[in-house]
Amino acid sequence: MFEEFKWLPDQASTVAPEVDMLMLFIVVVTVVITALVGALTLGFAIAFRRKSESYIPAPWFGCIPLEIGWTLIPVGICLVMFSWGVKVYSNIVIPPADAMELYAVGRQWMWKIQHPEGQREINALHVPIGRPVKVTLTSEDVIHCFSIPAFRVKQDVVPGRYSSLWFQATKAGTYQLFCSEYCGTEHSRMIGKVIVMEEADYQKWLSEGAESGQALQGRKLYTKLQCVTCHTGNAEAKAPNLEGIYRKHIPISHIDGVKIKEGTKVFADDSYIRESILYPNAKVAAGWESIMPTYQGLVTEEELLQVIAYIKSLNQGQTPPRTEETPTPATIQNKVPNKEVN
Amino acid sequence: MATVSLESKTFEKFPDVVGRHDDANYLNHDHSITSWLFTLDHKRIGLLYLVTITLMFLLGGALAGAIRLELLTPKGDFLTADTYNKAFTAHGIIMLFFFLIPSIPAVLGNFLVPLMIGAKDVAFPRLNLLSYYLYFAGSVIALTALLLGGVDTGWTFYTPFSSTYSNSYVIVMAVGLFVVGFSSILTGLNFIITVHRMRCPGLTWFRLPLFIWSIYATSVVQLLGTPVIAVTLGLLGVERTLGVGIFDPRLGGDPILFQHLFWFYSHPAVYIMILPSLGVTSEVIATFSRKNVFGYHIIAFSSIAIAVFGFIVWAHHMFTTGISPYAAMVFSLLTFSVAIPSGIKVFSWLATMYGGSISFDTPMIYAFGFLGLFTIGGLTGLFLSTLGTDIHLHDTYFIVAHFHYIMVGGAIMGYMAGIHYWWPKMTGKMYSEFWGKLSAGITFIGFNFTFFPQFILGYLGMPRRYYEYPDEFQVLNVFSTAGASILAIGYSMPLFYMTYSFFFGEKASSNPYGGSTLDWTNTTSPPSPHNFEQTPVVTEEPYHYHGKEAAVVSH
Amino acid sequence: MSATNETVQDHGQHHHKDLAHHFDTLEQQHDANTLGMWAFLLTEVLFFGGLFAAYTIYRYKYSAMFEEASNHLDITLGATNTVILILSSLTMALAVRCSQTGNSLWTGRWLLITIAFGLMFLGVKYVEWKHDYHIHLMPGKDWSGKDYWHWQYAKKAKDMETEAHKKGSAEHSLPNRNDVLADNDPSLGVRGIQESQQARLFFLLYFCMTSLHALHMLVGFVLIGIIAYFAYQGAYSPEYYSPVENIGLYWHFVDIVWIFLFPLLYLLGAHMGH
Repeated sequence: MFEEFKWLPDQASTVAPEVDMLMLFIVVVTVVITALVGALTLGFAIAFRRKSESYIPAPWFGCIPLEIGWTLIPVGICLVMFSWGVKVYSNIVIPPADAMELYAVGRQWMWKIQHPEGQREINALHVPIGRPVKVTLTSEDVIHCFSIPAFRVKQDVVPGRYSSLWFQATKAGTYQLFCSEYCGTEHSRMIGKVIVMEEADYQKWLSEGAESGQALQGRKLYTKLQCVTCHTGNAEAKAPNLEGIYRKHIPISHIDGVKIKEGTKVFADDSYIRESILYPNAKVAAGWESIMPTYQGLVTEEELLQVIAYIKSLNQGQTPPRTEETPTPATIQNKVPNKEVN
Repeated sequence: MATVSLESKTFEKFPDVVGRHDDANYLNHDHSITSWLFTLDHKRIGLLYLVTITLMFLLGGALAGAIRLELLTPKGDFLTADTYNKAFTAHGIIMLFFFLIPSIPAVLGNFLVPLMIGAKDVAFPRLNLLSYYLYFAGSVIALTALLLGGVDTGWTFYTPFSSTYSNSYVIVMAVGLFVVGFSSILTGLNFIITVHRMRCPGLTWFRLPLFIWSIYATSVVQLLGTPVIAVTLGLLGVERTLGVGIFDPRLGGDPILFQHLFWFYSHPAVYIMILPSLGVTSEVIATFSRKNVFGYHIIAFSSIAIAVFGFIVWAHHMFTTGISPYAAMVFSLLTFSVAIPSGIKVFSWLATMYGGSISFDTPMIYAFGFLGLFTIGGLTGLFLSTLGTDIHLHDTYFIVAHFHYIMVGGAIMGYMAGIHYWWPKMTGKMYSEFWGKLSAGITFIGFNFTFFPQFILGYLGMPRRYYEYPDEFQVLNVFSTAGASILAIGYSMPLFYMTYSFFFGEKASSNPYGGSTLDWTNTTSPPSPHNFEQTPVVTEEPYHYHGKEAAVVSH
Repeated sequence: MSATNETVQDHGQHHHKDLAHHFDTLEQQHDANTLGMWAFLLTEVLFFGGLFAAYTIYRYKYSAMFEEASNHLDITLGATNTVILILSSLTMALAVRCSQTGNSLWTGRWLLITIAFGLMFLGVKYVEWKHDYHIHLMPGKDWSGKDYWHWQYAKKAKDMETEAHKKGSAEHSLPNRNDVLADNDPSLGVRGIQESQQARLFFLLYFCMTSLHALHMLVGFVLIGIIAYFAYQGAYSPEYYSPVENIGLYWHFVDIVWIFLFPLLYLLGAHMGH
């Protein structure tokens, strides 16, 4: 046990040194105040120890300057900590716009991670150095928490909604991935490895054993689940054209069956697409009747992510024809044997 | 073994109080079982609580022992995963709801509040007895839940795990907590009315001992906060039975709603646990420095401030759940506001000691321990109210260390200080100072060994509630378990020497430590059943040591 | 702080028969009892408050469905109950007044009339709940799991009721279980699972809140009954009437909770009295 022992965690992300600096500041404040209180306690205990039973000390009711001092100085220190903390916090939670996107699904008791190029991993996460990575998270059952101590990031993974965290790795190596929200029997085994690689190594890893990309899987689902029946993208369409809608503002006419003000728009992000698949009545596109059936219970979270990835990739004129059945997959190189598929 | 001869000194500024009827006191005037089980005497009710919560503490401590034994090794080899999860759940529930929350209010509060304000009893003695039986019934129901097979949700009962997925006895336990919650509410209600309406002549609000102020603040929190957890547990029970979807996202519910409702009570609950200890510390430091408390008014107001601020910071337990960053910033700022009154208290106590005449009896040793450990515990809270660091530290062992420093190093040390301070008053006997100081020291050392390594473990990233962990965390875990064994010894010792003193200890005078409050100056040790021979009339502010002649008389 | 030479001799004074031993004066006792009841009612505000908070959050999250579900509650019966409860508060206030003036007989009588009004309230609630039970909107065993066709059933029942009213007949039958589409039937276009989930949530909160309220009424009956008994025995007088006054406070609180429940649960939505 002694070989692996360490006092301080690895600093492996851009935000880790910032967090550590802030930690250091608070540690210094803590140590100084504790030492002060300890020294005064000890010092007063000795200096003012009872020497005579008959001695009555003079009373001391208050001292305004002292009390103001020991109120305002802590207030000042707290305000510094607060604002510094907010600054570091905003760096932790606000991802850069160009972050590479990954998806992670937590379930009792494993992490399933999907790369957009098609790599899927269980309890492991390969990332390149030097590129910001944003992980979109959801849970299939209870609340979990995706936590990478070496990167100083953590985010609860809640069923029924998407959350996200981001990081930019700075040091190659293997780091711990923990589930940090108690989730049942095997909570302590819901751990994994984060493998940070040089960019070249990462590209190599990607190309080995890549399955058909996530978007391609999503396309298969788009036809298999009959989305293409209504969202045909041509004149006979019974449902809105989904080509190029990602991150656009979509005019909607009804929310939950209630007609709303004309011209209201909604931002078509991942959550909106997911919501429209599961709760089609939630925000109905303007000019269309609300006839879409719900897919609740008919798709898993992973399949949802694949369909969403497909829709995100769908450009003008790319909607598959209605008659197309599940297409043969595009060329797959060197499928790695024994790769765990779920 | 040679016994140390203890002199029961009386500080003659406060003359000895002699009972009217020789030895008839609240303990011995009636020995029958029914006189104890159906007592309306607040002092006897306090003792009933003392016995029951001590038993619950031992159970909670045994569970802690099981946890720390398992964590000696990285692999799960002592308990199964499910048993471990049930063990830490039970440890949390028992220690919080059945030990810490009642501890000082139910034992010392019940005993002392009427004595300190010159009253014959609390405002509603029958309600007081009902409170005790509700506590007892709640304990029985909770123990039943454990015996049936336990609960594995953690004491926080997060949904949807607890509402939909857990196969353990959540509802039975929720019922037990619901019942014991009402005990807490009624005790708080009783104390509030007592302090408002039963003060003796001349006892204005700003002549009250600071212990009463802290009990009053605690009671307000108990009164207002506990009903919310009651209804939250009720909703959890409804969800488990009917499966409707209040908290289940698959059915349209919101699991985070549970967390908001839960923490709205559970954060103020931790102030229920610490405020009374802050009050005890004021009393002990004043008496054993023989000096007034510095900044009396500010300390009184700071207790109220902590109680009030405690209600508006709950979401600092939820910074990583996905609440809006703006909400997180607001709660972070508000959380810092609680640190300020606590800091003011610590500095005021130091100023109280300054220029005093300090003696090192056991209660004061515990108070010293409290000062150091509460300071560390409170300061480590700063890491958690700071957003930038909380993200990394949330749900790690850092949190575990922080709250144990406050609750064990703080609240329990305060409780021990109080028990040792008022033991002669409650029992009429003196315990052994040697064993008292020794166990205080052992407890202090054992405590720090147990919980300080956990700060480092948390910073390294070891998550909470893990029964297996990566090898690199083992060294610190071994340290922690070693410390726990020392702590266990430290806590076991009082069971022996205090019980011994109850039967064989030297008889105590009415005021062996020279306390200045009515409980010491106007009652016998132990007090008579109706407390005071004559209703006291108060004419001075508290802790008024100065201005009188003094001589020492040894008995 | 210490006592001076002044003390109060308190073992020789005359004890009023209603003065408890630990109090010094009747006035102190009365104050303490009243303050105690107010403090208890404050805890009740927070107790109901938790439920109100959960209700409010979902009411805004799912406003459309909550309004639609609210239409399935009978506003006439709800309003009737509101009037009944207000009348019961009136009779309670009269009882308190009688106890203050020493009129034991009428203290007891007004208290019993208050219970009678309370029982009428619960009777009306029984009628409402029985109806809800028959149209499968009452939370119960067949609500758990994924089988939630109940919302469709309730809607069909309401449609049939409306039809019957149009035709002028008071009686209407209940729909057949098999005529009703299951909520997760894919051929359902607009009204999906989501809506029935939200409607179920409304009814669960409705039943939780009204049951808790009804439970408080039942406890109230027992307490009022006991106090009425003592009133008839002449236990209360102008010097000592605080039990009557305090049960009055409790009963008024129960009334006020209903005054909040009624609009929140029954009066949502644009289609009132529909």
